[in-house]
Amino acid sequence: MKSLGGSAHALVDMQLGEISRELFVNQDLYREEQERIFARAWLYVGHESQVKAPGDFFTSKMGEESVILTRDRAGKLHVFLNTCRHRGMKVCRYDQGNTKNFICPYHGWSFATDGKLVGVNDYQAAYQPPFDRDQWGLVEVAQLKVFRGTVWATWDPQAPSFEDYMGEAMFALDKGFAPWDGGDGQTELLGVPQKWIIPSNWKFVAENFSCDVLHTVSHRSVDMVGIGPSVGEGRRDPMGRQLVTSYPGGHGCLYGIWPTETPRQDYAGSAETAAYFQDCWQRRIKRMGKQAGIIPVVGTMFPNMSFHAQQPRTILVAHPRGPLETELWRVYFVDKDAPLAVKRYLRSYYLRYSGPAGMTEQDDMENWNYASAASLGTVSRRYPYHYKAGLRAGGASDDVPGRVTENPVTTEQNPRGLYKRWADYMDAPDWTALCAAQEQP
Amino acid sequence: MSTGYSPCGPDAARLAYLDLMREIEDFYYREADLLDERDYDPWLELFTEDVLYWMPMRLNLPWEERAQDITSEEDTAWIHDDRATLEKRVRQIQTGIHWAEEPLSRVSHLITNIRLPAPVSVLPEGASVTVKSRFFVYRNRLETETDVLVGRREDLLRRLGGELRIARRKIVIDQSVLMAKNLTVFL
Ligand code: FES
Ligand SMILES: [Fe+2]
Repeated sequence: MKSLGGSAHALVDMQLGEISRELFVNQDLYREEQERIFARAWLYVGHESQVKAPGDFFTSKMGEESVILTRDRAGKLHVFLNTCRHRGMKVCRYDQGNTKNFICPYHGWSFATDGKLVGVNDYQAAYQPPFDRDQWGLVEVAQLKVFRGTVWATWDPQAPSFEDYMGEAMFALDKGFAPWDGGDGQTELLGVPQKWIIPSNWKFVAENFSCDVLHTVSHRSVDMVGIGPSVGEGRRDPMGRQLVTSYPGGHGCLYGIWPTETPRQDYAGSAETAAYFQDCWQRRIKRMGKQAGIIPVVGTMFPNMSFHAQQPRTILVAHPRGPLETELWRVYFVDKDAPLAVKRYLRSYYLRYSGPAGMTEQDDMENWNYASAASLGTVSRRYPYHYKAGLRAGGASDDVPGRVTENPVTTEQNPRGLYKRWADYMDAPDWTALCAAQEQP
Repeated sequence: MSTGYSPCGPDAARLAYLDLMREIEDFYYREADLLDERDYDPWLELFTEDVLYWMPMRLNLPWEERAQDITSEEDTAWIHDDRATLEKRVRQIQTGIHWAEEPLSRVSHLITNIRLPAPVSVLPEGASVTVKSRFFVYRNRLETETDVLVGRREDLLRRLGGELRIARRKIVIDQSVLMAKNLTVFL
């Protein structure tokens, strides 16, 4: 891959906190992103609970492209590009299921759940000399990793291990995707993903969830109405001190830090849920001590996996579809061992919060839509966006790893970190250069 | 078909059925007007206190599994609301700062194919009837932003205080990937 010679860094001014609008509207940059970011980074693909049994599959996306997450007959997980090696037909057009083989509807090649090409029509008669079927299996990702139920993959064999890619942001994933009691029990998805298309660049989504602490006015209407899991105004139970935290890999997270000596009153709107939470909270304190109070609230793992890990609990992936179009996939998760009544209560809370009908998310999408549209013009493109909040704030913290700015100091350090890393990807020709760039401020 | 009318014969049942159908159709047309004319408070009154307002999602599944291509009540959904949440949605629009509907979208609800899968001719106080219908909803906002949402409704209508009320609404949209950026329009 050729080097862009630092031209992407010229669009992202970290000293001034100014970022070019070209990132959000430019078709050429968009095409480069597919190659330089989505074909190289670790991407979230799905959740283990979607492929429990041998032969189970779930059709997902990595960037623009359709992929199949599947558990083969031997129980091993795979992620394949969803395209036939013969003439490109999508080999799986179902959203999920269980199968022995993926049979291509075009000319009938069939692929086993481990990706092997196991059936070719007229193989004996048509192919003389015979071709080597082992070379024509489904295209598989270079690396795959399961972490606390979440499944991730990358196309790049040179990419560092998942742990190195996340770096200290592993702390956020570990805390965020544990069950409420902080133990090693499982979480599961509440059901199938919500998928919908928004007229906005994918990075609006990524930066927003990386922690845009400034966008409270977006959600004032829902805060006035009050949709939280307890009663009254707002959207959530109190989360304690708030730490905005960024990581060199481009990842960002907001942590809530609750003083463990202070009792919690969460989920007061449902007696069963409140009781289950209290039980988990006590066990969590016993297990983790003071650390029990550290809970990731919202974050983005570079490039496009965003999550809420406290209230609600959900994963959102912003799949790019064009400079001004993004396909959002949102799943919701709960403790596997939670009582059914608790899962039901959480579902209604999560669904009124997030998704296209979510009373919070609806307003985000209006803003992303018209921010994108209003940045398209020749003149408007000349004026960079403003990311100057907390430009000189932030440092180390005793509570969590990473660069931390504590509320009430507001900061846009997390979006800044995301765009700095974006520029690294766009300029660096390979992973050696990408790893080196991560060390530069 | 008989020609003569008899007050207690089969024609009476037929007339009662037609009368009920007319009442149901009129109920839906009035509901559409309330929504499209942004008369949300009387619209809320059309629902019972224990209503489930539910919009499941759609899946792409093999022929043998086609019966499951609408997500179940225990699955995720686009919307899974009780009466209190429905009311919050209305209140949010009425704040005047719910940006997704501020300024308001222009909406037309076309409700057609109204049918009683199990025909009844009388609906006494407290009784319920299942009504199926189609919706074709056109939404346009700001300048050119346009969504067309099409699908089926399956309602349970109950007679309460002499009036029809919606005790349960299932909204089945004909999209798997939702092509609208949000669902701020009531269906
Ligand atoms: S495209 Fe799949 S068999 Fe030809
Ligand atoms: Fe938001």
